[in-house]
Amino acid sequence: MNALVIAALLLVLLTVSYQVGWSRSRKLADGKDTRLHSRPIYHGALAALFALLPAIVILGLWALFSQSVTNSFILAQLPAEVAQQQPFEVQAAVSRVQAIASGYGVIGEPTPMETAAASAYASFQQLSFLGVIAAAAALGAVGLFWAQRRIAPRLRARTEVEIFVRLALIACSTVAILTTLGIVLSLLSDALRFFSFISPLDFFFGTTWNPRFQSTGSGSAGEYGLLPLLWGTVMISIIAMLVAVPIGLMSAIYLSQYAHARVRSVVKPIIEILAGIPTIVYGFFALVTVGPFLSGLGDVIGINIRATSALTAGVVMGIMIIPFISSLSDDILGQVPRTMRDGSLGLGATQSETIRKVLLPAALPGVVGAVLLAVSRAIGETMIVVLAAGNSPVLRANPAEPTSTVTVSIVNQLTGDADFTSPQSLVAFALGLTLFAMTLLLNVLALYIVRKFREQYE
Amino acid sequence: MTDTVLPGAAAGAQNRERVRKSLTRRHRNETLFRWAGILSIAAALGFVAILFGMILSKGLPSFWQSTVHFEAYFDPELIQGGPRPERADFASPADHQQAVNTWQRAVTMSNWNKIVETGLREAAPDFEIESRDLLELVTSAGRFQLRDIYFADPEVLGQTVPVSILASANTDNWLKGTIDRSQPDERQQLAATTRALADQFEENGTISFDFAWHIFTNVDSRSAPATAGLAGAFMGSLYMMIVVIVLAVPIGVASAVYLEEFAPKNRLTDLIEVNINNLAAVPSIVFGLLGAAVFINYFGLPRSAPLVGGLVLTLMTLPTIIIATRAALRAVPPSLRQAALGLGASHNQTVFHHVLPMTYPGVLTATIIGVAQALGETAPLLLIGMSAFIANIPAGPLDSATALPVQIYLWQGNENRNFFEARTSAAIIVLLGLMLLLNAIAIFLRSRLEKRA
Amino acid sequence: MDVLAGKVKVTSKTLDQTMNPAELMDHPIRLSARDVTVHYGEKQALHGISIDIPDRAVTAFIGPSGCGKSTFLRCINRMNDTIEGAKVGGKIELDGEDIYSADLDVVELRARVGMVFQKPNPFPKSIYDNVAYGPRIHGLAKSKADLDEIVISSLRKAGLFEEVKDRLAEPGTGLSGGQQQRLCIARAIAVGPEVILMDEPCSALDPIATAIIEELIDELRENYTIVIVTHSMQQAARVSQKTAFFHLGNLIEHGDTEDIFTNPVNKQTQDYIMGRIG
Repeated sequence: MNALVIAALLLVLLTVSYQVGWSRSRKLADGKDTRLHSRPIYHGALAALFALLPAIVILGLWALFSQSVTNSFILAQLPAEVAQQQPFEVQAAVSRVQAIASGYGVIGEPTPMETAAASAYASFQQLSFLGVIAAAAALGAVGLFWAQRRIAPRLRARTEVEIFVRLALIACSTVAILTTLGIVLSLLSDALRFFSFISPLDFFFGTTWNPRFQSTGSGSAGEYGLLPLLWGTVMISIIAMLVAVPIGLMSAIYLSQYAHARVRSVVKPIIEILAGIPTIVYGFFALVTVGPFLSGLGDVIGINIRATSALTAGVVMGIMIIPFISSLSDDILGQVPRTMRDGSLGLGATQSETIRKVLLPAALPGVVGAVLLAVSRAIGETMIVVLAAGNSPVLRANPAEPTSTVTVSIVNQLTGDADFTSPQSLVAFALGLTLFAMTLLLNVLALYIVRKFREQYE
Repeated sequence: MTDTVLPGAAAGAQNRERVRKSLTRRHRNETLFRWAGILSIAAALGFVAILFGMILSKGLPSFWQSTVHFEAYFDPELIQGGPRPERADFASPADHQQAVNTWQRAVTMSNWNKIVETGLREAAPDFEIESRDLLELVTSAGRFQLRDIYFADPEVLGQTVPVSILASANTDNWLKGTIDRSQPDERQQLAATTRALADQFEENGTISFDFAWHIFTNVDSRSAPATAGLAGAFMGSLYMMIVVIVLAVPIGVASAVYLEEFAPKNRLTDLIEVNINNLAAVPSIVFGLLGAAVFINYFGLPRSAPLVGGLVLTLMTLPTIIIATRAALRAVPPSLRQAALGLGASHNQTVFHHVLPMTYPGVLTATIIGVAQALGETAPLLLIGMSAFIANIPAGPLDSATALPVQIYLWQGNENRNFFEARTSAAIIVLLGLMLLLNAIAIFLRSRLEKRA
Repeated sequence: MDVLAGKVKVTSKTLDQTMNPAELMDHPIRLSARDVTVHYGEKQALHGISIDIPDRAVTAFIGPSGCGKSTFLRCINRMNDTIEGAKVGGKIELDGEDIYSADLDVVELRARVGMVFQKPNPFPKSIYDNVAYGPRIHGLAKSKADLDEIVISSLRKAGLFEEVKDRLAEPGTGLSGGQQQRLCIARAIAVGPEVILMDEPCSALDPIATAIIEELIDELRENYTIVIVTHSMQQAARVSQKTAFFHLGNLIEHGDTEDIFTNPVNKQTQDYIMGRIG
């Protein structure tokens, strides 16, 4: 009902103001020699903006504050001691009054005081709604009145509408900046709160990761050494790159330099399917297929490989990154001018000599950039390692053993009921900050290299 | 000048000799190199095949689940609570609702297990089995299924009605062989008599493998794993995707239009550009931290709510949409802009009437790619509490919910591995199917749009 | 400075562009093509080209753009093999050997028939490595000293050595356009080819650099069989002894340069030389 009334009000305001702006401006132009600066539709749009914006602001404010206004009104009707109860009891009392007022009723007999409060609330509700609607309508009318008074042949209605549109566009593009700002500020502030518990030295250079949860209420805060996690992250990323770079690069080379167009048009999309698969699916794949396979393989060749280990997580992450490397490399190899290739082939080089000695060295910066981007993706990857790395934050060199990473620890520390006050939760933000800094550095470096590479051949 | 660089015939002969000598080695290297490429592609394709083969082979059987068909007698002596309260007998809707609740509670407390047991014994009259073992055969939610039949139509009281109840997860494992049937008794989840009865039921058709519609209509369940479904997670994902589309597309396109068409080329614009490129590569889990710190801790939005998840995913998807839209805008030939401007259109008119419509196919593709990516994202949702066990279908974007990928995460961790490995694969099939559908829609719409352009 | 010097040199010296036909008779046939056709997919780009190309002389292919002259040039060292969908028919013989026969190694062929491209395309390596690239892959040098020798003499023959001798380790891409093209010529010479194919080698260069390259071509003629594709009739007249006119994938007329330019037999050739066909 209320929503309908509001929608109707806005719709009426919109049509009326647009119509007024449109017809008034037309009338100005009719029969006289004066030419309008802007077409009538812009006058209409401008009038609509003038009428709608104030009304929307009023309605928005009401939406924001009606809850608290209503609450305090109902509490004012009830005896003073009600308001001094626990918050949830206050809320229950308020809900009872609202339920009675809505006609739904409450279980049992309402007290006379409640009934009185409810009837007062019901009329207040009606009044306030009418008031808000009236205020919105009035402000809209004022806006419309002002707008139509401004209508004149020389009024730059189109320019004004366009300025408004431009402002809206600018507001939208600040969202990206605000996001970055939000990330940096929230990570920094919560990380600093964490460092008020634990010294940064202990965090960045500690070799033990053992954040005990405060279940017993004892003061022991646990140990928060980053190094085991960092080492796990690095080890898994290295394994992933060892899988992804050769396979991805060689596939890109083969597809772009050797394969027939028909083969390429079939194989390329299939490989790119790998890029679209959610990481949780890779995690499951690692857990159910790759882990047991590697472990069985280890048994055959006499090495003890655990099913959930750095190796499993790394191999699967490598598979995930193959299409990333191959499509970036394909792109980069495509940027090397064809004349370079012809020059080498024309000298009698074989195709592989041309690729190894001319194309790849020419594309090297681009490929390095692509690999850096891939590394940054690998260290930020979460679900594969959560499922397949074994969650064992211990400094170990053997990749066949379980390990843990920065991302896994963030998930472990912040799922469950985060209270944002204990070091156990806050450490997630310090870890996040480390992760963000590492990926940012890699990305900036990679994008810089790739950009330089592109400029070289433009 | 030595003879090595003599031009003409003499040097020619010598050079040709040397080139010829090198040929065998070089052609061998060529072949090796080519094979390395072929093997790499074979490996990549092999991974795709193994991944899909594993998921399909594990997941598809899960869509057909063993179901027990028998006759249930709604015994008036067992079902308590009396007739359903009528609205007319009560003063206010609240009082009526309370009476209905009391009645439902009483009905629920009835001995439905007895009704199930009687029905099952009727189906196998001569079979000797203890009650406890017999009830292990069907899902523990079976009694609620019967109760719901009664809620829906209290007229069945005193009648015998054919019902279909899901077999328990353990029965399903046994019949499908997802548990090793040769294991000794003490390693089996079910008693020997239950297993024998299950086999007998399967043979005489009392148990059949029916399509498991409840995977799509039920919510997650812990007490009765056989009935666990994806409806709750699906709705959670749906709400989030709606938030993402409603917010990310307009904001993303608007920022792309501003940056590409209007923004002055200065340091600030450069900064925004670098910033967006970097944002696209920020690990998703960092967005989860942002959501936890800003939306939940600072703005006080509810934990586990699809609205918060949607906001986080929106921020994650924005760079994808902005970058793709900008690329599409850049691909519009400048001649089009010049033509429009030359006819006296304003800058705004040129952009919104002529340039932007050309980019719709590109924007559409980018949106779908972004939404598909958001649909599969798990890590940030864990940090904003969407991994809680939720037993209801969320009614709105502020209710607690989980999401499809999170449901996959939760199910893969379930202790009943034999059953949930398959169920997880089934959920993955549903998720990948949705993504495939999104892509198919994108391709279809794109071809339509391009034809019109 | 060296550019200026080059200019002075060119203007002071008149190129010896006319050899008398009797002199040309001394040059045996090096390359002979019979009924060469090229298809790019469905499209036929060349319709049965037959021509003989003499040893140690410059043969120029002229014609409007898209006439097939470059396509035919690329057949001679089988560079068309690298284009997907290209099919070559007919027969081309180098010293009586069919270059499209199955047992001919294309690597060996390209070592004998070098190529210089339209746009200078030095590799992103040092000047030295650019020239040394061919000898290295073919294993032509037995030692480092051998290789140095090849590089220096090739650069010298390409008339570039004096200009770059102090910066052999600098990237080849840092040179000017004309220098880059001479570097590419040096790179081709270093392999010790017998035939050098040039595909509009001066089209990306300014007039001064063009003059230097033309002079270089004239010098190289003494030791190499040179085939040059050019869109400039003046250039063909300046540097070549033989000229072939292509039009719409057909070889319309070929013969001594002097004859073609002063006394063309064919109407189309006449029109082209008079500037009536673009």
